[in-house]
Amino acid sequence: MSNSGRPLSPHLSVYRWPITMTLSILNRITGVALSLGLVVLAVWLTQAAAGPEQYQYIRATMASPLGKLLLIGWTFAFFLHLGNGIRHFVWDMGLGFEIRQANASAWAVLILATALTAAFWAVKF
Amino acid sequence: MGRSDSRDCADGRFLGGEVLSLRTPLGRVLGAGSAKDGTGHFVAQRVSAIAVLLLGSWFLYSMYTIDGMAYLEVIRFVSVPRNTVLLSLLCVTAAYHSSLGVQVVIEDYVHANGLRIFSLIASRFAHVFLAISSVYAVLQIGLTT
Repeated sequence: MSNSGRPLSPHLSVYRWPITMTLSILNRITGVALSLGLVVLAVWLTQAAAGPEQYQYIRATMASPLGKLLLIGWTFAFFLHLGNGIRHFVWDMGLGFEIRQANASAWAVLILATALTAAFWAVKF
Repeated sequence: MGRSDSRDCADGRFLGGEVLSLRTPLGRVLGAGSAKDGTGHFVAQRVSAIAVLLLGSWFLYSMYTIDGMAYLEVIRFVSVPRNTVLLSLLCVTAAYHSSLGVQVVIEDYVHANGLRIFSLIASRFAHVFLAISSVYAVLQIGLTT
């Protein structure tokens, strides 16, 4: 994009940040985060298969404050990506494209993901 | 404008001598325009999404009911034949869905041709490796305990 000096179409900075944009970006970020989570899932399973001595390492990592924070982040990422995925399925059926509906579904996914994450971890602490 | 002589537009459609296709002959030769195979990716992403939606929800519900930190509880959970199968399915479908997603992210952000191709291949390899090593671990637990 080295055509400097030429006019650009309205770019990110001229818009009032809409909630739908936040969800779109979050969907991609949580997707990539969950991909990294698969690595942890693989290590967790591999260490469990390797026996109790090996498992202590992954257990200690997961139980550490940073480990717990990451696990909470991954559950939130899962619920958000899941909720937004359902939103995409609804769009694929040609429904929910009105601005009001898109804004409402964005907030619904965000609130639902937060609530489910809180409910999941409430029993763990 | 891409309008050209009718003889140059073998695949264009004509109406009263006017070419309806706006694609230039050069664009057609270079393969610019439709990616031609996007539908397959679109469908695969959504079908795998349904699988991960169901299996992932089951997995998180399972982790809700057991203590995923405790060694014996994890082993006991994975050894139940139904769980061994479902967990293997989750590892495979999630890795597949992830592979499709990461592929799009790479295609969107990595512009240098060589690095893009390298990243796409590396991502594929990593995802297949993840899927197989996870399933191997699950089966190891499921078949030996």
